[in-house]
Amino acid sequence: MAKPSPHDRKYTKEHEWAKADGGGAVTMGITDHAQELLTDVVYVELPAVGRKVRQMEPIAVVESVKSVSDVYAPVSGEVIEVNRALEASPELVNRDAFGEGWIARIRMESPAELESLMTADQYEEHIRANPH
Amino acid sequence: MKKTPLYERHLSLGASMTEFGGWAMPVQYTSIIEEHRNTRTLAGLFDVCHMGEIEIKGPQALELLQWVMSRNLANQQVGEMKLSAITNEKGGIIDDVTVYRRGEEHYMVVTNAATREGDLEWILRARRERGLEGAAVTDRSDAVGKVDIQGPLAQKILAEIVEGDLEALRFYHAIDTRVAGMPALVSRSGYTGEDGFEVYTEAARVGEIWDLLMSIGDPHGLKPAGLGARDTLRLEAGMMLYGNEMCQAVTPFEVVYGWITDLDKEFIGRDALRKQKEAGVRKKLVGFEIIGRGIARHGYPVLSGTEKIGDVTSGTFSPTLGKAIGLAFVPVRFAGPGTELEVEIRGQRAKAVVVPLPFYRRRK
Repeated sequence: MAKPSPHDRKYTKEHEWAKADGGGAVTMGITDHAQELLTDVVYVELPAVGRKVRQMEPIAVVESVKSVSDVYAPVSGEVIEVNRALEASPELVNRDAFGEGWIARIRMESPAELESLMTADQYEEHIRANPH
Repeated sequence: MKKTPLYERHLSLGASMTEFGGWAMPVQYTSIIEEHRNTRTLAGLFDVCHMGEIEIKGPQALELLQWVMSRNLANQQVGEMKLSAITNEKGGIIDDVTVYRRGEEHYMVVTNAATREGDLEWILRARRERGLEGAAVTDRSDAVGKVDIQGPLAQKILAEIVEGDLEALRFYHAIDTRVAGMPALVSRSGYTGEDGFEVYTEAARVGEIWDLLMSIGDPHGLKPAGLGARDTLRLEAGMMLYGNEMCQAVTPFEVVYGWITDLDKEFIGRDALRKQKEAGVRKKLVGFEIIGRGIARHGYPVLSGTEKIGDVTSGTFSPTLGKAIGLAFVPVRFAGPGTELEVEIRGQRAKAVVVPLPFYRRRK
């Protein structure tokens, strides 16, 4: 069963999370529910640092044993850091989707975008209604 | 969605469930890769209650089977199991099945889950058309439960609850015996490329066998394994999956089933298949590895130069080999091992090379 979604961050319908770091940037990744649907992650294609992205634009690709899935930018902005640890250890996404399995950091263009995303409770409700 | 008798157990074990052939089945309990490796190194336990079992009995049982099966079963001994295809008039594969001979005039045909009803109708129609009333055909699927125990420790674990000598049971042979005191059919066979057994028993009591194997197997490292691992295991072993590699538009000669097709006996599709064999097949199923990055998936195009030449039927990341592998249909001139191909993976071209099957062979 998926781990509960932490309340310290926001969520998209496409199963990304975004957590504000206080300095105008967010750390983002995919949710535990998403990694469970994907099954064992064997490769993560990371975005280039410096890339400008629009909200809900594909930013990364997660390949698992069973399937492949786009990961979307939860907010618009500039990619300022990516999780290089995933290159050697993609399984971090399975083991700790909300922590060590983070994918990228994005400097936000518009903090209002983050506010418009779902809360943890709303996200949990969303996955209950759409289990797959 | 239909539920197997083990459904509640999967939920208790925390499995992620999926739909497969109309059934709610476990994809994984913990991790596909872990379950895969555990089956290769120790032992895995699989719920395969979704598969179909059709019983054929009576003085004309063999005659009916000979008419519907591509395999020549004339020399099949009691206690022997045979892989066979069921083909239509054009030679297209309706299903791939195993046939157990359980008595002089007693056979059991084990079908895939999604094809069970079609197989039954097909066999009944053949029986009617050939006037073979001396063959009684009964769908026993709902009454039969089935678990597979697979892996190097499978024999050691199963032996603790089986009456009779498992050691003496040869590959693709079966014994009617008792497991945990219950009547059961046990064969040395499976769908993983490992040593192992398929165990058939009463559906109502298959849970008792599952529970007993789980507890006896635990100190040996036995773990339940889901359909995710079943798929990666079978693909590494070069085994095909009906619906991916096979359908009614594909013949045994186009896949790797030439060896179970006997053109010297009469069966439905024989004449079409003989013509195809004489003319030569145009496309052939091959194994390939991706060179570099990317994982090919079912339905991805296979390219040579600017031309699309075929389709990927199955593809995954191989946990044992640590690389992306797959099966694909290509024109015969591209089918030789070493042939370089390209697979279009999400709009990008990845290099692939044809390799001999299986991808993985266990050390004996």
